[in-house]
Amino acid sequence: MSVLTRTADVDAPPTGAAGAPRRRNRRSWGSHVFLAFLVLYFVLPLWFLVVASTKSGGGLFNSPNGALWFGDGFALFDNLRTLFTYNDGIYLRWLGNSLLYAVGGGVGATVLAVLAGYAFAKFDFPGRRLTFALLLGAVMVPMTALVIPTFVMLSEVQMTNTVWAVVLPSMLSPFGVYLMRVYCADAVPDELLDAARMDGAGEFRVFRQVALPLMRPAVVTVLLLSVVGTWNNYFLPLAVLSDSQLFPVTVGINLWQGLAGANNGGGVSLYTLIIVGSLVSILPLIAAFLGLQKYWQGGLSIGSLK
Amino acid sequence: MATLDTAPRPQAPAAHPAPARSRRRRRGRTQGLIGWAFLAPFAVVFLVFLVAPLLYAFYLSLFSKGLATGERFAGLDNYTRAFTDPAFLNGVWFVVRFSLVVIPVQILVALAAALVLDSVTSRFARFSRLMIFVPYAIPAVIGAVIWGFLYSPNFGPLEQLFGDGAPFLLSPDNLFYGFTNVVTWQWAGYYMIIIYAALQGIDPAVYEAARIDGAGSWQIATRIKIPMISSALILILVFSLIGTLQFFTEPQVLTPISNGAISTDITPNVYAFNLAFRFAQFNYASAISFALGFVVFIGVYVFLFLTRKRGGFLK
Repeated sequence: MSVLTRTADVDAPPTGAAGAPRRRNRRSWGSHVFLAFLVLYFVLPLWFLVVASTKSGGGLFNSPNGALWFGDGFALFDNLRTLFTYNDGIYLRWLGNSLLYAVGGGVGATVLAVLAGYAFAKFDFPGRRLTFALLLGAVMVPMTALVIPTFVMLSEVQMTNTVWAVVLPSMLSPFGVYLMRVYCADAVPDELLDAARMDGAGEFRVFRQVALPLMRPAVVTVLLLSVVGTWNNYFLPLAVLSDSQLFPVTVGINLWQGLAGANNGGGVSLYTLIIVGSLVSILPLIAAFLGLQKYWQGGLSIGSLK
Repeated sequence: MATLDTAPRPQAPAAHPAPARSRRRRRGRTQGLIGWAFLAPFAVVFLVFLVAPLLYAFYLSLFSKGLATGERFAGLDNYTRAFTDPAFLNGVWFVVRFSLVVIPVQILVALAAALVLDSVTSRFARFSRLMIFVPYAIPAVIGAVIWGFLYSPNFGPLEQLFGDGAPFLLSPDNLFYGFTNVVTWQWAGYYMIIIYAALQGIDPAVYEAARIDGAGSWQIATRIKIPMISSALILILVFSLIGTLQFFTEPQVLTPISNGAISTDITPNVYAFNLAFRFAQFNYASAISFALGFVVFIGVYVFLFLTRKRGGFLK
C-alpha cells in the first residue's frame, strides 16, 4: 500500500505537490481553532471556580472585574482556613468519607468484576448462558431506580445511615463484569491456562499468576470507573444517609447549597465555602486522571472496540 | 514446582478412549464448580442489591398505605395511579423531550471533537483532549453547583455581559438550554474519549486505500470513520439514554436557585425521591421507580434490537 502512495506522490503534478501541504496546514489551522474553542468552553467553569476561590464573601458578589476575573483582594488562604475549620472541620470529614466510600466501593466492585468476568470468559459452568443474559439485562437497568427500594430494604435491617449502606450497593457493577469478560476472552489464551494446569498449578494460582497479570489494563480501567462512579455518586448517599457526619463531599456541599439559599451560615459566607469546597473536592480526581492517563485512555476503548 | 511430580500426566487420548472421556466429564464438572466459585461473590451482591431491590420494589408497589386504612393490598392501583398522574406523566414527557435534544447535542459535540483530534497530532491537540475530558472527573453535583453560579442573575458572567436583559437559563422558558448545557459539558468529554479510542483502533491502511480511490477528508470521516466506529457510537447512545431517562442530580441541585421553575416533579426520579423522602409515600414511590426502571429497560432493549446489525456491544 505504501508503495502505491509513494508512486502517486512522485507522479503527481508539481502544482498538486505544492498544494497538498498547504491545504493540510489550513485544515489543521481550522482544527486548532475549533479545539481552542472547545477547550475554552470545557475549562471556563473551572477557571471561574479558581478565580472565585480567591475572592472574599463580599467580593464574590461585587467583583470589580466581573465573575471571570480576579477581584481586589486575594482571600484564597483565608477561605481555605475557613473551609477546614468551619463547623469543627466537617469538610475534611466529608472528604475522608468520600475517599472511604470510593475506595471501599470501587475496590470491592473491581474485585468482584474481575472474578466474575474471568468465570464468564474461561469456564463453562451450568447456568452460564442464563446468568450472562441476566447480567446483560442488568447493564440496562438504571441504577437510580434501585435507590428507593434499596433504602427501604436497608432500613428494615437497620442498616441505613451506616457506611455499609453506601459501600455495599456500590460494589455492584454489571458493566464492569461485562468489560472484564470481553477483555479476558481476548487477552487470556486458553492454551496458557491449560499449560499452567498441566504443570499442576491449582485453579486459584492459575488465575492469580497467569490470568490476572494479562488482565491488568482492564483491571485498572474498571477500578478507575468504579472509584470515580462511587466518588461522584449523589443519589444513593443522599437517600441512605441522614447523619451529616457520614456524608460524602457531594452531599455535604449540596447541604451547604441548601443552607446558603436560606441564608443560614451564621456569619460565614457559605457561598464562599461552597466554591472553595468545590475546588478542593475536584482536585484529587483531576490529579488521579492526569497521573493515570496512559491507563484510562487506552482502557476506555475496551467496551467499544469489539 | 514441587507439584509437578504428583500431578497426573495426561495420557494419549487415542490409546484409552473411555477413561479419557470420563476424565473429561469429571473435569467438566469440577470446572463448573470452579466457575461458580469465581462468580459467587458477584452473584451474591447481584442478588442482594439488584434482584432483591427490584423484586422488593415490585412488592412494595402492590400495596398502599394510608393513615386511616393502614397497609393494604392494592394490586396494580399504584400503576394506574402513576399512569394517570399528571405529575408523573409530565416528568416522563420532560425526560423524553430532553433526551431528544440533549443526546444528539452531546454526541455531535463528542463526535466532532474526536474526529478533529483524530486528524491532528500536536501538543495542543493532546492538551485539548485532556481538557475536554476533565469535566467527567467532576461530580455532577459540583458541576451543577458551578453552573448554578455561572447562571446566577446576581453575579454570573451572563448578567455582566448582557446586563438586565440577560437570559436566566433556569427560567421556565430556558430550563431546557440550561440543562442541555450542563449535561453536555459534563459528559461530552467522556464520550469523546470512547469515540477517539475507537478511531485510533482503525487500521490507517484503510484511509490510505480510500485516498487512493480519491476520497477527501470529509468523505473519509463520514463514509469510513463513522461507520467503522458504529459500535462505539451505539455504546454511547445506550449510556446517554440510560443516563438522561433517570435524570436526577442536576434538577435536584439547581431547584433552590431556580425561583420555582424546577418543580418537585420535573423528572420521574426527582418525583419519586420527593414522594419517598418528603411525603413518606414509599409504596407509590416504589411503583414509580419500578415503572421508570422498566420503561428504560424496554427502551434500551428495543434500541439495541433495532441496531443489532451495527454493533458488537452486548452481543
